[in-house]
Amino acid sequence: MLLSSTRRDWLGNIRGDFLAGIVVALALIPEAIAFSIIAGVDPKVGLYASFCIAVVTAVMGGRPGMISAATGAMALLMVTLVKEHGLQYLLAATVLTGVFQLVAGYLKLGELMRFVSRSVVTGFVNALAILIFLAQIPELIDVTWHVYAVTLAGLAIIYLFPLINKTIPSPLVAIVGLTCACIYFGIDIRTVGDLGELPDTLPIFLLPDVPLAWQTLTIILPYSAGLAIVGLLESLMTATIVDDLTDTSSDKSRECKAQGIANIGAGFLGGMAGCAMIGQSVINVKSGGRGRLSTLVAGSFLLTLVVFFEQQVSLIPMAALVAVMIMVSIGTFNWSSIRNLRDHPLSSSSVMISTVIVVVWSHNLAYGVLVGVLLAALFFANKVGHFMYVISEFDESTDTRIYSVMGQVFFASAEKMLATLDFKEAVTNIVIDLTRAHFWDITAVGALDKAVVKFRREGASVQIIGLNKASETIIDRFGVHDKPEEIEKVLGGH
Amino acid sequence: MSDRHVVACIDGSTHSAAVCDYAAWASKRLTKPLTLLHNIEPAYDPVVTDFSGLMELDGRETLLEELTSIEEQRSRLMLEQGKFILNAARQRAVFAGAVEPLTKQRHDGLTESLIELEDGIELVVLGIRGADHEKDNQHLGGHLESSIRAVHQPILVVNNTFKKPQKIMLAYDASEPCEKALNLLLTSTLLTKLPVHLVTSGQSRRVTKLSQREAQESLAAAGHEVVAVMVDGPVGESLHQYQRDNDIDLTLMGAFGHTRLREFVFGSVTVKILLSANRPLLLVR
Repeated sequence: MLLSSTRRDWLGNIRGDFLAGIVVALALIPEAIAFSIIAGVDPKVGLYASFCIAVVTAVMGGRPGMISAATGAMALLMVTLVKEHGLQYLLAATVLTGVFQLVAGYLKLGELMRFVSRSVVTGFVNALAILIFLAQIPELIDVTWHVYAVTLAGLAIIYLFPLINKTIPSPLVAIVGLTCACIYFGIDIRTVGDLGELPDTLPIFLLPDVPLAWQTLTIILPYSAGLAIVGLLESLMTATIVDDLTDTSSDKSRECKAQGIANIGAGFLGGMAGCAMIGQSVINVKSGGRGRLSTLVAGSFLLTLVVFFEQQVSLIPMAALVAVMIMVSIGTFNWSSIRNLRDHPLSSSSVMISTVIVVVWSHNLAYGVLVGVLLAALFFANKVGHFMYVISEFDESTDTRIYSVMGQVFFASAEKMLATLDFKEAVTNIVIDLTRAHFWDITAVGALDKAVVKFRREGASVQIIGLNKASETIIDRFGVHDKPEEIEKVLGGH
Repeated sequence: MSDRHVVACIDGSTHSAAVCDYAAWASKRLTKPLTLLHNIEPAYDPVVTDFSGLMELDGRETLLEELTSIEEQRSRLMLEQGKFILNAARQRAVFAGAVEPLTKQRHDGLTESLIELEDGIELVVLGIRGADHEKDNQHLGGHLESSIRAVHQPILVVNNTFKKPQKIMLAYDASEPCEKALNLLLTSTLLTKLPVHLVTSGQSRRVTKLSQREAQESLAAAGHEVVAVMVDGPVGESLHQYQRDNDIDLTLMGAFGHTRLREFVFGSVTVKILLSANRPLLLVR
């Protein structure tokens, strides 16, 4: 039901949505331009994308009030594709990204988000902030002092203006003020217009101009896969954030599908792939936006503004944009995560830091998330592996050694189980009691087999108690776990 | 499985008292327990507005904190107010003869709450307008149509002070929801033995004399005193006219038989009747 929505979704908060949409549109323009520059394409590519993605997700998205547009996370992934193959391949990759996301939505892959731990999310956000900041550095190297002055003035206005007035977006004040100042004083620094074309018309439908060949697919496929993953990750993270802020719920699968359709649309309208934006969505909620209308207003107002004020927009000094983007990166970074380094468990912190390092090093958020998720899983397996011990008793009358295995036996703890068995002890009978053990995988079973073989070699007769019960837990039929009484049976040993 | 309840939706508006009375009456007739339901609707209007467009340090956390503390205060107030309203309603229901009613409060919209509780509902009683649209006679309450569409149990829409139903009318057009309404008359204890006016508007082409005759006979067999009539004129007005002329206390009808699209184009008969009626309507889907 991609088009279903309630009246309240659209009209429940007309005034708030409208004003918030305008605030967001004004904030989206510099970001869309800056992200186009990061990706190495004309500003119009990012602006068309932002328009299309915002409008499509407004109608179809599963999270009303969330803002999606051209984003830094996605722009960073396209850099080499654009550099090596050009814009048309990017557009084709954008369409394919959308197709992947649409399929992911129908397969309900969004549910996999539960494997992405909080530390990975924090790492993702922090890495994104660092990359956005780093992307501004080239604008600040080898330039005259004017650029520094304008950037600093921009930052001062952005952070100080809200102390006087909270009804006008301060980034807008900074951009308009600095553009006027630069023209008035004739300061000759780089402007947005120097960096490529701005939109002068409404977007038009165009098929990406790439050869329909296998080779094209092999070029764009890896990029599209990465873009699809990162786009969905950031979108679902953002959806959760908006859920929390507004104390409402969202339809994650529907959001995945909407992101897909939005990107397919963006590709055909000459735009780059995008996704939900954490910072802008927070700004939207903060400015009073709650419904679908806010996103629709943001997208359409953005394009109207840019098309009508193309001349003026092209005069915006890059230094002013840099100031806005520095604010974005500072605002995106999760500063409390640094404070938390001291209190959080070392494993969580190292997952977060590894995610950041991998992303900053590879410029690919997908790799960072992959490493983060893997590390988190390893740490978890390691921790759970500690929940295993063996009680060893000796019955002299029958010359029997009884080993009672307790807890979780799986790949991470099977070795430890073997190590606690004393194979050198000469006894007649060995009893291994598994009634309170949980065997989770083949490694555990293999370890048990090995133990039995070894004891037999030493001449002991081995008896195993409760094997059936223990191996009941090697359940790959996860359906069983849905029923409380079945879970109770499995965990009953404890 | 426990008993299904008669659920009365109370919000402290003008109709709430009558809703209480009708629900108590229905609960007695059906011998089903009564639940009084009050909903604390989630705030949709944003309470914080800051157009600075600034992404502050840890702005997300600050914003969450701010929104939480404001909504916390609001919810507490609403909770308290709701308890007060429910308490008054309970006393009223007990006075009207209902067996000790249950009270329930939920943080949700009315429609969503009813969907959530649906399995335990025998009959829903609600006012035609809630507190939000109390003064607005031109429109239905904000939740009414969506609630009627969402809930598959019969809904009693209250639009006037309580008057014990003595004479009822079945707006009959042989459509599927209408047959269900007829079935309710035949099977439920809610309206047993009450005199029924079986009224068919001349414009309902589907109804033949024959089907009306059949309906009349089955009602008579179930012990109702039946008057079968055909009235002329547009469906909404003619039924309303008949109801007034014959002093009917309660109208029973099938609701929203058509698709949303068709109703969007032609307008919904149900909505028209709901708007013009001044005695309660029992809607069956």
